[in-house]
Amino acid sequence: MTVRKNQASLTTDEKRRFVAAVLELKRSGRYDEFVTTHNAFIVGDTDNGERTGHRSPSFLPWHRRFLLDFERALRSVDASVALPYWDWSTDRSAGASLWAPDFLGGTGRSRDGRVMDGPFAASTGDWPITVRVDGRTYLRRALGGGVRELPTRGEVESVLTIPTYDMAPWNSASDGFRNHLEGWRGANLHNRVHVWVGGQMATGVSPNDPVFWLHHAYVDKLWAEWQRRHPDSGYVPAAGTPDVVDLGETMKPWNDTRPADLLDHTVHYTFDTD
Amino acid sequence: MPELSRRRALTTTVALAATAGVRTVVPAQASADPHHSPGTFDEVYKGRRIQGRPVGGHHHGTGYTVLVDGVELHVMRNADGTWISVVSHYAPVPTPRAAARTAVDELQGAELLPFSAN
Repeated sequence: MTVRKNQASLTTDEKRRFVAAVLELKRSGRYDEFVTTHNAFIVGDTDNGERTGHRSPSFLPWHRRFLLDFERALRSVDASVALPYWDWSTDRSAGASLWAPDFLGGTGRSRDGRVMDGPFAASTGDWPITVRVDGRTYLRRALGGGVRELPTRGEVESVLTIPTYDMAPWNSASDGFRNHLEGWRGANLHNRVHVWVGGQMATGVSPNDPVFWLHHAYVDKLWAEWQRRHPDSGYVPAAGTPDVVDLGETMKPWNDTRPADLLDHTVHYTFDTD
Repeated sequence: MPELSRRRALTTTVALAATAGVRTVVPAQASADPHHSPGTFDEVYKGRRIQGRPVGGHHHGTGYTVLVDGVELHVMRNADGTWISVVSHYAPVPTPRAAARTAVDELQGAELLPFSAN
């Protein structure tokens, strides 16, 4: 069984194996297919039209499946690897071990945002940014540049207390847990973390930065924590909602999996805290 | 407009902007009202020409096109009337012009790739 661990508690060997597996997916071309898929959904998902990956109830199950696909790809390279998660409410500074040269590398230099250390720095030659929206081919970050503070544990708690999963109009204007976690309303958790990292993470091609997976693995964990606190609240809407993925409807791009199939993460993996 | 004179016109605009700062040709209507259609704008911001205009039948139903130095910047309107672009997708701003300016800030001089190539 796959166990997803807090990135802060990974051993040196676990970090090395994770990085090596990611680099191998990049080298083989499989990594960039994930970036392409994410960008296609982020520009295609609209508040008043069809919406699947973002700004909709299926934001959480869509990313759960997307991460499962990525994790399976990693494990096809090295079966010992699982996705770690980044609890940004605890490891909330650019000095966290997450950003050390033996893991993801640090922030970008001020002149052009270029990441200068770590295994994903452009100078290694191992991490070309090929799926991109502008001419720059190097990984960029500006940790804490776009917004000063990552969400606090208190802000996370305030979102976890929201009892309703999601609400009409099922988009970025919704009240409810999903949209507060996604960040279009309220304290702003998920969106703010993308902005705090900066660089490609602030764009539609955000999976170009490997921290994308660790961020979303924690967002996914917060969904699991919410379920545990609200056992009587389930995914909504149940049926018959135009442009929105109902509980029993299949999701693009897979067309073989429904939110109902993804509610219980323990079928696929557990967390170190489970 | 022939390419040469267009380039010269752009160069002139950039030169003017360099001395006069940001120079708005047609002001955009700054409104985040979701039912209000923003107007057009055309200005040089930090040395780059940004333009915006309503269009009919555009992809994703945005109904609005933003250009940076003539290259389309993918933008999207949120339900509350705020805007985002593909280079700043998680941080809504009040108007399409603000999204264009944010994009210029983010690009740090880099060329935008055409949306169709993304």
